[in-house]
Amino acid sequence: MSKPVIATTSLAGCFGCHMSILDIDERILQLIELVEFNKSPVDDIKTFTKPVDIGIIEGGCCNSENVEVLKSFRKNCRILISLGECAIMGGLPALRNGIPVEECIHEAYIGGPTVQLNKDHILPNDDELPMLLDKVYPCHEIVKIDYFLPGCPPRADLIWDALVALITGDPMKLPYEVIKFD
Amino acid sequence: MEKLVKQTIEKYGSDPNRLMDMLIDTQEQFGYIGPEAVATLAHGLQLSQVDVEQTITFYHFLSTKPRGKYAIYLNNSAVAHMFGRDAIKDAFEREAGIRFGQVTEDGLIGLYDTACIGMNDQEPAAIINNKVFTRLTPYRVREIIRHMRLGKSLDELVNESYGDGRNQHPNLKTMVSSNIRRKGMILSDNYVMGKVLREVLPGISPEAVIAEIKHSHIRGRGGAGFPTGFKWEFCRKAKGEKHYVICNADEGEPGTFKDRVILTEKPELVFEGMALAGYAIGGDEGILYLRYEYRYMKDYLESVLQSMRFQQLLGTNIGGIEGFHFDIRIQFGAGAYVCGEESALLESLEGKRGEPRDKPPFPVEKGYLNQPTIINNVETFATAVRIVENGGEWFTQFGTEDSTGTKILSISGDCMFPGVYEVNWGFNVEDMLDMVGAYDVQAVQVGGPSGTLIGPDEFHRTLGYSDLSTGGSMIIFGKQRNLLRDVVLNFMEFFIDESCGSCSTCRNMPQVLRNKLVKILNGKGVKKDLTDLREWSKTLLASRCGLGQTAANPIVSSLKNFRHLYEELLQKDIEFDEGFDMKASVESSCKYVGRVPKFHH
Ligand SMILES: Cc1cc2nc3c(=O)[nH]c(=O)nc-3n(C[C@H](O)[C@H](O)[C@H](O)COP(=O)(O)O)c2cc1C
Ligand code: SF4
Ligand code: SF4
Repeated sequence: MSKPVIATTSLAGCFGCHMSILDIDERILQLIELVEFNKSPVDDIKTFTKPVDIGIIEGGCCNSENVEVLKSFRKNCRILISLGECAIMGGLPALRNGIPVEECIHEAYIGGPTVQLNKDHILPNDDELPMLLDKVYPCHEIVKIDYFLPGCPPRADLIWDALVALITGDPMKLPYEVIKFD
Repeated sequence: MEKLVKQTIEKYGSDPNRLMDMLIDTQEQFGYIGPEAVATLAHGLQLSQVDVEQTITFYHFLSTKPRGKYAIYLNNSAVAHMFGRDAIKDAFEREAGIRFGQVTEDGLIGLYDTACIGMNDQEPAAIINNKVFTRLTPYRVREIIRHMRLGKSLDELVNESYGDGRNQHPNLKTMVSSNIRRKGMILSDNYVMGKVLREVLPGISPEAVIAEIKHSHIRGRGGAGFPTGFKWEFCRKAKGEKHYVICNADEGEPGTFKDRVILTEKPELVFEGMALAGYAIGGDEGILYLRYEYRYMKDYLESVLQSMRFQQLLGTNIGGIEGFHFDIRIQFGAGAYVCGEESALLESLEGKRGEPRDKPPFPVEKGYLNQPTIINNVETFATAVRIVENGGEWFTQFGTEDSTGTKILSISGDCMFPGVYEVNWGFNVEDMLDMVGAYDVQAVQVGGPSGTLIGPDEFHRTLGYSDLSTGGSMIIFGKQRNLLRDVVLNFMEFFIDESCGSCSTCRNMPQVLRNKLVKILNGKGVKKDLTDLREWSKTLLASRCGLGQTAANPIVSSLKNFRHLYEELLQKDIEFDEGFDMKASVESSCKYVGRVPKFHH
């Protein structure tokens, strides 16, 4: 059997979850033995080059590009995992969800106390830029997600165990310490 | 205003525990509780203003803003909808020229929705300045509003005859009907007021009273079914400076109205039961916690208490028993279903937000003002009198082995004769439907929204604590009803409105479940939604009180017993649909920054 293929991406996240993937320390060498990485910031492959077995998503969706990337992951990956609070619930970025998006843009580009240079009150509206969504959406409200790994970020051991379980087909051990957050 | 509020404070002995009474009086005096009144109350009671405000804003019938000279509260229970509430609501809005939730510019009329007001057998019904208006029609609505504009008094607005039985009592005079359709030991005419207090109690000790109650195996009639004898015994044995007897007349479960009928037709029986309980547990103070929706009974019930005092059935040395002192006062809620939960009720009695307490300690040890307290349902106290009068053994011949005695049912919905029926426990649903003249029945909601929704293949089941347990609410739905849209959705909205907000499960999950239900109703559901509904409901069991623990029941029981109704609505060929709409979701931001949305796919 060929090695399972993995892809990862960070949407509206802080890359903390990816840091946690790297936090499996020297086991990363073992991981590379076990799997092959495709599109991912880990190896800097930008587009899918083959069908992928496991897609790992960090972050929710705050703009149109996030949505497109997420949909392309769903199309190209057999299994999708929401990794971390932001992917699962929207996380910190979703704090803006109670505030109209217009107010958020105004605060960021015109009204905020740290905005000083934007004298002409220019708002980002270039066609090249992603379009902001009205609120931040968790991934499972946009595409079907197969598994959820909670945490902010999820602990390296949890990620490691989940991957190993998925690859080997063995059941996953979930001791209390791994999933408690306080 | 300040002067009047100060008088109110004095009326209740400047006791912060009586804040609810003061707030209700103030609300009734001015139509709202403004900043000035809040400041005066806070100052007079040595509370912070926030303390006063948080109590006000917890309760539906209290308001920091004017509610209108006539505040109209239209019931929005499922049964009200079945009997034409939409047309009534429409008529109110048209004639008053405002929407629900608003007050007319001249401050004359305010329109509000309100949860079940206990009139399910005479819907659509509304409360206007504490007066209940039943069986409303669009014509009557227009007339009522016109008469308000002409400056007629509240009494003049009532132009129908008064209801049956004691609803015609000079101190009650209400158009509400009792609709008693079957009598048993409680509603029976053979009750002689004071017989137990005067003739039985002098001969037996408090312990013997408790023994009789235990022997009868009576369990609480308020829904939870705790054995009453044990409750009284625990309380009697608990140490405290004072022991309290509290009667739970919050009757908030949609579809129940039997406590209203008992209190209308047999108030003496309930009060005698409270005095009897006081004798048993060694308490001299009783409080009737009455829901604000029944405020119209205030004068009447006070007059009953007064006449019982004259007859030495309340007061000192009752029934000639040296040292047996007991009196009762009435305290009102202000519109909050959760205050029927006993520990929330205690908080409310102490002038606070009605948020349930952590248990243990249970009220029998630390209840009202931290003293040992029993809290029982209206019907439980009434039944206790008949037990002590006739003996525990006598009582066990009624009903079944695990559910002794009778139960008063509040039956409403699609049937010929809605009303109150006292039956022996063990009655089955089929017989019940035949008894009330219900034909072509699609479903019966047993025990209100927190109970279960059953279909014809379960109509052979019997009423009792081990099968279909119920506090008495029975709502019948005919074949013509859309169960999911008209019933389940209505019940979910009810729990969402009534959650006290303490537990994150109860605060959030019912909304999540409701949104999923709406998604399914809108034809956007997929198979997975049904699994989600079932699985996610389980998280609610982690909630602190019964409200949250049962808040998913409308969905759980309809999904179990009427799964086909859900399945018919699902999208057939797709597995996933969360309804995300990219175009709609970028519209506002693009408009704001001035760009035309472009999509690649
Ligand atoms: C949300 C909620 C609402 C309740 N409402 C009432 C009520 O309106 N009347 C009532 O007697 N019991 C109600 N109960 C049950 C009470 O907590 C308590 O069990 C009951 O008053 C005890 O009296 P009993 O043993 O005589 O039934 C409610 C419970 C919950 C959780
Ligand atoms: S879950 Fe936490 S670590 Fe992961 S992207 Fe969000 S904020 Fe960063
Ligand atoms: S379950 Fe609901 S009503 Fe009960 S305490 Fe918790 S939040 Fe309040």
